[in-house]
Amino acid sequence: MNKFSWYDAKTVNDALEQVNATVSEVLASKVSDQSAVFKCGGTDLLDMMKEGLVAPKKIVNIKNIAGLDAISYHQKSGLKIGANVTLAQMEANAEIKQNYLALHQAVAHAGTPQIRNMASLGGNLAQRTRCWYFRSLDHECLRKGSGTCFARNGENEFHAIMKNGSCSSVHASSVSTALMAFDASVEIAAADGKKRTVKMTEFFVTPGDDSSRESILEANELITAVIIPPSGSKTKSYYIKQGARESYDWAIADVAVVLEVSGSKCKNANIVLGAAAPVPIRSEAASTALIGKEITEQTAKDSAEASMKGATPLSKNAYKVPLFKAIVKRAILKTT
Amino acid sequence: MDTKKVKFPHGIPGHNLSEVEREIPTGEPPAWPINDDLKVVGKRVKRTDALAKVTGAAKYTSDIQLQGMLFGRMLRSNYPHAKIKSIDTSAAEKYDGVYAVHVFKNAVGMAQAKDGGNSAGFPDVKFAGQPIAGVAAISVDVAEEALKLIKVDYEYLPFVVDLEEAQKPEAPVVFKTDVDQEDRGGGGGGQSGLKTKGNLRGPSTSSFFGGPRGDVEKGFETADFIVEHVYRTQVHTHCSLETHGVVVDWRPDNVTIYASTQNTNSVRHEFAEMFDLPKSKVRVITEFMGGGFGAKHSLGNFGVMAGHLSKKSGRPVSMMLDRKEEHISSGNRPNSVQYLKIGAKKDGTLTAIKQKSHGTAGVGLGAGVGRIAQVMYECPNFSTEQYDVFTHAGPGAAWRAPGNVQGAFGLEQAMDELAEKLNMDPLALRDVIDKSDVRKVERQRGAKQFDWSRRKKPGSDSGTVKKGLGMAQSTWPRFVNLNSTVEIRAYKDGAIEVRSGVQDIGTGTKTILAQVVAEELGMKPEDITIRIGDTLFPTGPGSGGSIVTGSITPPARNAAYKLKLELFDQVAKELETVSSKLSMSGGFIVSQEDNSKKIAVKDALKKMRTEQITTSASRSDDYGGFKMGSFLAHGDLGSVQFAEVSVDTETGFVKVDKIVAAHSCGRPLNITQLEGQINGGVIQGVSYALYEYRVMDNETGHQMNGNLDQYKLPFAMEIPEIETIIVEDYGGRSSTDAYGIGEPANIATAVAVANAVYNAIGVRIYELPITPDKVLKALNKI
Ligand SMILES: Cc1cc2nc3c(=O)[nH]c(=O)nc-3n(C[C@H](O)[C@H](O)[C@H](O)COP(=O)(O)OP(=O)(O)OC[C@H]3O[C@@H](n4cnc5c(N)ncnc54)[C@H](O)[C@@H]3O)c2cc1C
Repeated sequence: MNKFSWYDAKTVNDALEQVNATVSEVLASKVSDQSAVFKCGGTDLLDMMKEGLVAPKKIVNIKNIAGLDAISYHQKSGLKIGANVTLAQMEANAEIKQNYLALHQAVAHAGTPQIRNMASLGGNLAQRTRCWYFRSLDHECLRKGSGTCFARNGENEFHAIMKNGSCSSVHASSVSTALMAFDASVEIAAADGKKRTVKMTEFFVTPGDDSSRESILEANELITAVIIPPSGSKTKSYYIKQGARESYDWAIADVAVVLEVSGSKCKNANIVLGAAAPVPIRSEAASTALIGKEITEQTAKDSAEASMKGATPLSKNAYKVPLFKAIVKRAILKTT
Repeated sequence: MDTKKVKFPHGIPGHNLSEVEREIPTGEPPAWPINDDLKVVGKRVKRTDALAKVTGAAKYTSDIQLQGMLFGRMLRSNYPHAKIKSIDTSAAEKYDGVYAVHVFKNAVGMAQAKDGGNSAGFPDVKFAGQPIAGVAAISVDVAEEALKLIKVDYEYLPFVVDLEEAQKPEAPVVFKTDVDQEDRGGGGGGQSGLKTKGNLRGPSTSSFFGGPRGDVEKGFETADFIVEHVYRTQVHTHCSLETHGVVVDWRPDNVTIYASTQNTNSVRHEFAEMFDLPKSKVRVITEFMGGGFGAKHSLGNFGVMAGHLSKKSGRPVSMMLDRKEEHISSGNRPNSVQYLKIGAKKDGTLTAIKQKSHGTAGVGLGAGVGRIAQVMYECPNFSTEQYDVFTHAGPGAAWRAPGNVQGAFGLEQAMDELAEKLNMDPLALRDVIDKSDVRKVERQRGAKQFDWSRRKKPGSDSGTVKKGLGMAQSTWPRFVNLNSTVEIRAYKDGAIEVRSGVQDIGTGTKTILAQVVAEELGMKPEDITIRIGDTLFPTGPGSGGSIVTGSITPPARNAAYKLKLELFDQVAKELETVSSKLSMSGGFIVSQEDNSKKIAVKDALKKMRTEQITTSASRSDDYGGFKMGSFLAHGDLGSVQFAEVSVDTETGFVKVDKIVAAHSCGRPLNITQLEGQINGGVIQGVSYALYEYRVMDNETGHQMNGNLDQYKLPFAMEIPEIETIIVEDYGGRSSTDAYGIGEPANIATAVAVANAVYNAIGVRIYELPITPDKVLKALNKI
């Protein structure tokens, strides 16, 4: 690993003054080698540094910034989770489990207990894809500034089956699958004291729009919190993730289903697929197929079928289509 | 040699236990009774080094810290095929903290071309990850920075990494001449002297079991049923917890090498040869070893490099591979494409077996499918053709039952299919064609414990997640290395010390040596000090071929027996008897004529004329004339494993729920350790069945999953319930009659799982690993 200097930021502003690049910019060689980047738990950043993918000169440690590590819940205003809250803290939080079951399930199935102890929510949203070409020093891929996606005609068994025309990597955050299904927003602070709040659906950037990044975050921006609207007594949710292994693994396919129900009828639906496309996506087709219907084996199946309409699997990942259909159907049925 | 006739227990208790008379050397001890009548051997004795291991006191190679020690790292080619035009190391040499830089002049650890394959004085690059040069510096980080300063001028050449592509006429050729690769005792390498054409080497058609038998085509003519398929297995990398590595401490009059090796003796041999030193000046130490599955028999290019760097710098050099290097360069289980055709009569009798295989060990040799199809079943007509296919990829190496794990996958699925065609239960078919007593007993005891009668018709389980049951068998020879010597020292203060060069790679060799010596001397295992893994001691066998227990425990017992006789001679007079009337038990030497006449062993030792006495013994031939290739049917290391799986027919995911593993290894020495080995073998088998495979990118020639995140090893949730059955199987073939289990434990699992998957879904999967894409394809869902 390269040598670097270390800065312990005390406040949000302090951190924003020290930092001068996002890790994505460093990766795409868009900045000078005097880069200073944020580090929270370090589970993603240090991995990349050990691999030699990035060699920042300065690490701005944001882990000790006061006020970013709280979870607060109010029935009326909903849930607010500080950016430095760890996945382990989220997993242990009773209000999340009670009111946002799918989020609890997503968090509890992310990584290992050790990883969850270190992994922050902010870092989870800003982490980069685990595509093995992207993570390889020997492959200058599209996302790192070249014109080639090696996965397209290469080893793509874990890659995207939708919207995979340019780059077929999938976003690594399975927590986002659930956050998006609950219609969460990301609160972002900028250097000049400004704040912006963006919906999860606006937070991610597709490779078609800009292959060098996966989120809208700019160098002088820090995620401060994630905000989730209240969930009523009629909200039912469920999350299923399938990895190569059960013990711990990245999602090959994951789905979060959040439904508004009246009796056994579905009034509203938000069905989000992770690891299907380069960014987590809401499946409008799946939701539409379910809204206004009784939730039955058949309607769940119809919705699952609809979720995979227009899938464009690659040479080695056609199996993900039936896999998604199975877990979408199961997640819907599990809400009843 | 003077001999005597001795009766030994023979056969399987509870089945056919009897006696056999053997003519054995006079100096060897009498026969032990079966384990029920022994005190320490065959019992659950705790590991002698358990405390050191769990407290972290045990020092592994990567823990070695010597004064002034440097850290070595190697520059590896990031291109799979190239000629090196020039190398400039000047900047690296000047880099602060660097003490030595070395450039390889020869490639090691791969098949060797007759023309050397050199251009401009540098070995040709033949795989991505081939080491080119090395640096020794004050830290790993400094060494890695210095590596970046080495400039290599390559001429890039076309390459091929795929097994099937490499066989096409237009494929880039890996070796232009015939090649050979020496086996370092782990069962790696390949049959020598075979011809190379294009990327194809072979075929190998014979083994130590002999060549082809009968006439297979005639055999097929007389068959009522034929099973014929192509089976495929994947490349499986070497993932022991401790990576390959050494610390080399080159001093003017002696080189000491701390090595994470399965073979202290072959590391010494290779180092002495490479650096032209007498063996007396090379010492190899392996006190604790963090695992090896076959790929750790050689010095390796990392060891050669550490030697050069230590010689140049005059300082000790530690060179441990990182996980990526481990995956791409340290040896793997080659893949296979196996064609297998089997003919049988209506009653199950086999009429012919024909096998043809291709596999790639990259730039190495040894991609065969073993000899399991040749020897496990009675069949008059047999032929095999096994080819190595060269590719521009990291070398294969021995890997837990090399060849046989691959071969079993074809053979035992074919047998399962044959049984169904014959409308026979798979166990009943084996009763007809398998002459092994021990497997017969294993089938019976295993079927009972597993409740095989639950098994339904293939694909008949209802529901989305279908259960299936399957079984498979294996055989492994009773290999013995006669070059195995043990020395025992008894000291005046009562201490007993056992010394041998043999290493304990984590299997528990130290503990069984203590048990065997303790049993012979009537002492407790904890009273015996075991010092092994050091070539200053007499040479021991390499830990490969499941050879260690069968090779090293008989001389350990025989040396203890000699020691005992020496002590008897010393005290016989005092106990008013002759030495042949003395026995040793409970820490005393007792007269058999009058058991009030006794002396504590400790007191007897105090009376010794010298501070210490030393006895030693080497492994003698097996009793009864057993040799490789001769009659092995009684008492091969047979196993039968049963698997229960659940297959999710919507997602395609398979889960192994349970394995019952019935095994034999002659006389079991330590039940707890045997279970540990069987559990490990089964877990690796489950992993080979469902999870692990090397992902090679054909376009760039790189392994894409060279880490422990994307290369899928099983963790807690993937590991099934495992039950073991250990069948005692006495053969009267040595003074301990004990054999190893490491490799046998790993052979049958994956194919038992495949047969269970078939039983669950009613469709066969001919390729490993059984990932969801293959299951969903088999079910016509994609
Ligand atoms: C073995 C393993 C398994 C995993 N499995 C899963 C899984 O199943 N599902 C899943 O969702 N995730 C998984 N993860 C990812 C893990 O959750 C993330 O690595 C973690 O959440 C990142 O948080 P961190 O605090 O460690 O981030 P760091 O490594 O400190 O930072 C990651 C990135 O985020 C930036 N960053 C950090 N905080 C902020 C902030 N507040 N504002 C702006 N930028 C910021 C950093 O600059 C850096 O680019 C896994 C990780 C590992 C190592």
